[in-house]
Amino acid sequence: MSNTINKKKKLSKADIAFYTFNSIFMTLFVVVTLYPVLNTLAISFNDGLDALRGGIYLLPRKFSVKNYITVFNKDDLLVGAYISVARTVVGTALSLVACAILAFIVSRKNFLFAKPLSLFWVITMYVNGGMIPVFLLYKGLHLTNSFWVYVIPGMVSAFNMLVIRTYMNGIPNSFEESAQLDGAGYTTIFLNIISPLCKPVYATVALFVAVYQWNSWFDVMLYNRMSDKLTTLQYELMKLLASVTSQSTSAQSMKNSTSSITPTSIRAAASIVTMLPIICVYPFLQQYFVSGLTLGGVKE
Amino acid sequence: MAQQKKSSLLGMPKDEFIKQVKRQWVLIVWSLFFFAYGILFCYAPLVGWLMGFQQYKPKDGILHSKWIGLAKFKALFSDATYIRVIRNTLAMGVINLIATTIMAILFAILLNEIKGMRKKKVVQTISYLPHFLSWIIVTGILHDALSGAGIVNELLTKFHLVSQPINFFAHEKYFWPIVAFANVWKETGWNAIIYLSAITAIDPALYEAAAIDGAGRWDKIRYVTIPGIKSTIIILLIMNVGNVLNAGFEIQYLLGNGLVQKVSQTIDIYVLKWGISQMDYSLGTAAGIFKSAVSIVLILICNEVAKRHGEERLF
Repeated sequence: MSNTINKKKKLSKADIAFYTFNSIFMTLFVVVTLYPVLNTLAISFNDGLDALRGGIYLLPRKFSVKNYITVFNKDDLLVGAYISVARTVVGTALSLVACAILAFIVSRKNFLFAKPLSLFWVITMYVNGGMIPVFLLYKGLHLTNSFWVYVIPGMVSAFNMLVIRTYMNGIPNSFEESAQLDGAGYTTIFLNIISPLCKPVYATVALFVAVYQWNSWFDVMLYNRMSDKLTTLQYELMKLLASVTSQSTSAQSMKNSTSSITPTSIRAAASIVTMLPIICVYPFLQQYFVSGLTLGGVKE
Repeated sequence: MAQQKKSSLLGMPKDEFIKQVKRQWVLIVWSLFFFAYGILFCYAPLVGWLMGFQQYKPKDGILHSKWIGLAKFKALFSDATYIRVIRNTLAMGVINLIATTIMAILFAILLNEIKGMRKKKVVQTISYLPHFLSWIIVTGILHDALSGAGIVNELLTKFHLVSQPINFFAHEKYFWPIVAFANVWKETGWNAIIYLSAITAIDPALYEAAAIDGAGRWDKIRYVTIPGIKSTIIILLIMNVGNVLNAGFEIQYLLGNGLVQKVSQTIDIYVLKWGISQMDYSLGTAAGIFKSAVSIVLILICNEVAKRHGEERLF
């Protein structure tokens, strides 16, 4: 917007200095942001042993897809991927439905308990029991060592509810009123009137939840460490990272081994596989999370 | 719930109230569901705080465990490690908050000054990328970049800034800066979103007026942009100060090692270690209670400060 203003003016020396500084800053920013990801990509496509020599930057030196073949043949990674996809899909669906219904309830202007219910949930944003009581609760509810611990306890998020509620509050009341005159109940109003109008904010919240679910690993470690079949991709990646760190000192001995696969190269390939879904999706959802964050900024 | 809140509370005649309840029964049923769910998953754990004042034994439960008053808290505060983890949590929380805020504002302002929508869009899209990566991946990247043969040491030796590669993860002095850098790397683009939207909301007429007064780019930033987003900066700072103690777990847990644990361990790691691994549930709970209490006090103070400043309150 402000760009158009200074078009006609000639640039002063200070302005030239400014734009030069800005270009350098932005170039550095882009390089520092992208380089580590591209470097991981290059290593993932490079022969494992060859990569140990170092000196790989943006392109693989000795091209190989062996790392990926290994990754896709590792059972624990495959199980991890399956669980990650499952918790992302199920968790996002459940959470979106729950937050949408809750937001709908508390945004009905003449609903008797809208205010108390809203406050009840806002408080949960600031006060929580902490790690140990929560752990013991889930244990008591038999949620530990089960898939459901990923999707049931975090289903309702007060923050996401507020984002949706703010959006719903912006929808004119007349929609609801005219539907009510036609005899529509609240269920119909929610499903057929309000929800279709809320698609953008639903997309925002779905993205927030999906990214959270996909990237989670701590709940795996805390609640499901004992169940091999329930660990996620991120958690398996963490185990790989730990093995790389502990073996980096023995890199020299690795060079003498016959296999061309190293923990480092496998981790690079697994990292790329893990990032790929999100990297492919997020650029197309920018408008949604930008508006979602701005809505989230508008509080109580 | 419906019973107690009769006419007196909601300020309407009884028959009108009953009419409303009948009309809104769907909403009320769902409310009950969300109320019950919230009690179970968000409020019931608060009852667990009682464990902090007990010698909790799982076989006795909260009802029959022995009460020991503040003994666990006394034990905590006479433990030098706990004092140290409080210091670490606070220090890293504050350093991260300051570093990420400054970088986000700087980035938002400079991005706004890029000429050409396409270029701006590309840079912005790239800037969001790290936010979507998990800490697992980010710490993996850090290990690669900062290792002996990593790109950072390679650049440092190439420009003769150091004679030997630095082992970044073996020295305590590097840990906090690495954590701060990682946070800046991950969240700058994301955090800038809100500042950017605040910048777009500034009246363009102000820039025109400044231009007529002969203001250059620097002056416009100093006298128009920064004052224009000042209230956003203040409110976000205040909001985040309340969260300072919550900011430390994943990266510290993943990057920490025996050599740097004096500076890397945070309150949450301490709780994990004592509460979950050593199964001293009472000590872990007490350590967590202290953290929550400090957080709540910080939030209340910040809310008050926001009010005094004439800013929109948080709640």
